[in-house]
Amino acid sequence: MSQEWIYTIVFFAWLIGAAAFVLGLHRMNSPATARDGNRLSAVGMTIAVATTLAYLVTREGGLSGTALVIIVVGFLIGGGIGLQMARTVKMTAMPQLVSLFNAVGGGAAALVAIDDFLKVAGTPEETLSTAIFVVVGVVIGCVTFTGSLIASGKLQGLIAGKPILIPGGRLVTFGLAIVAVAGLLVLILGSAGTIGLDGPTSSLVLGLVIAAGLVFGVTMVLPIGGADMPVVISLLNSFTGTAAAMAGFVIGNPVLIIAGALVGASGGILTKLMADAMNRSILNIIAGGFGGGEGTMAVVGAGGGTVREVSADDAAIQLAYAQHVIVVPGYGLAVAQAQHAVRELAELLESRGVDVKYAIHPVAGRMPGHMNVLLAEANVPYPQLKEMEEINPEFERCDVALVIGANDVTNPAARRAGTPVSGMPILDVDRAKSIIVIKRSMGRGYAGIDNELYTDPKTGMLFADAKDGLASLIAAVKAV
Amino acid sequence: MSQDLLYAIAIFTLAILVGVEVISKVPATLHTPLMSGANSIHGIVLVGAMLIASTADSPLSYTLAFVATVFGAANVVGGYVVTDRMLQMFRKKPAPAKAGSDGAPGAAANG
Repeated sequence: MSQEWIYTIVFFAWLIGAAAFVLGLHRMNSPATARDGNRLSAVGMTIAVATTLAYLVTREGGLSGTALVIIVVGFLIGGGIGLQMARTVKMTAMPQLVSLFNAVGGGAAALVAIDDFLKVAGTPEETLSTAIFVVVGVVIGCVTFTGSLIASGKLQGLIAGKPILIPGGRLVTFGLAIVAVAGLLVLILGSAGTIGLDGPTSSLVLGLVIAAGLVFGVTMVLPIGGADMPVVISLLNSFTGTAAAMAGFVIGNPVLIIAGALVGASGGILTKLMADAMNRSILNIIAGGFGGGEGTMAVVGAGGGTVREVSADDAAIQLAYAQHVIVVPGYGLAVAQAQHAVRELAELLESRGVDVKYAIHPVAGRMPGHMNVLLAEANVPYPQLKEMEEINPEFERCDVALVIGANDVTNPAARRAGTPVSGMPILDVDRAKSIIVIKRSMGRGYAGIDNELYTDPKTGMLFADAKDGLASLIAAVKAV
Repeated sequence: MSQDLLYAIAIFTLAILVGVEVISKVPATLHTPLMSGANSIHGIVLVGAMLIASTADSPLSYTLAFVATVFGAANVVGGYVVTDRMLQMFRKKPAPAKAGSDGAPGAAANG
């Protein structure tokens, strides 16, 4: 077969792979077809990778022994590590693993771009257009690599989850951005011939850009608080997609461009959905340090009021004799890993004829939709998981709303102007006939303000860790 | 700009629009698996790593290609497996019994 034919066949195989990605993502529209969708996407990936290997081996000149060893051994090592981690990770630790995979993906994209740059730098092949894609790919890839590692470390608890504010940190971040952009311009102008750059000098500038990108990733994510991580992970995911697309431009490969653009777009949309759900702009989240005490306004007209404490036994009686119960799980439930306990309680109540539903706020958990995954892991059937718009009208008819480790997303103050949470879409928990809140203390939520729900006369506070609180409720309901 | 590059930019733009269109309809319930699934798709950069390995001609190039391959492979394999594990858990149990015995629902066979 002629070289042209081989490449044509390979190209079509790449297209099939790209089409499988699109169709696979499309099937993620519904829980019933999502698993097939993911598998379809995996098949597309297998086709793309296998064809590439076959192409490299069969084309004229073939593949050098060293290169083959690098590809095969590299794949076995990387794939083996990935497989092992993916199989053993606990579902609560899943956000940090996804973040870790995102980091290595971004790193790989950066390396591909760096390698290509080193090959063409100072040669006639170095054109303006390749230089732009290479350098942009390098910067985004580097930022994603360290940024995702930090995000993963924060989620894992290796790095403090609360916003870490380095003195002058924002200035440093800003300075790094300037260095990266300036280096980028120098390299682009160099390749356009506007300024004379020889190979070694441009490699040096590239090194500077890489370093700036790597440090920027760290200083960008460090000041961002744990509760904003869903948005950050989503944004970094989008970055990696873009970096992969840039690498695709550099090596002239359509499947990289298509797949990268798909992921870049999907990550971008998810990021926006998350940010909207918190009523904050993406820039505001990246700027970080939200609610760290500074600039927090006093809540106006909080109604004062006292907090009523409720015992597990009293709460259990309310729950056991209710008709409709809505469970509102939050960050605290995820942290305490209480998803199995909440399912147990719900089943106990259902066996007594109580109708139980779950109200899931879009930003509950540690990554977009994380709460759904945790509850699914605990065998909660997904038809019981209700999204905010769907469940909000039902609170009025609900006898007891059981809030577990959720705070800001239930604060009625969001409906008024002039508070840090104003305008944030919330769950209408305060419209329930009775409310039970399981919470460790009266501590404030992420927004740093008091939750007016807790002083509502209808609210009873059960002060406990989510897991312990649920355990005592389960025991008490059994005894009713 | 070369003709090839212009076509590549056209493909890029259309793929972004396809991505926006496809993702906008995904319910919040599936956002985590979706993100994880998208995360595995950008592991396609593995193909890029293989291509640079094939043209590598110096120890530095070989090293870069090797690390990129390891990273890309971890991203692809791990990403798909963890997404599959997640999606496997989403199930529709028969509607919960309104009163009385609901047996031992869903506790069996997970994983």
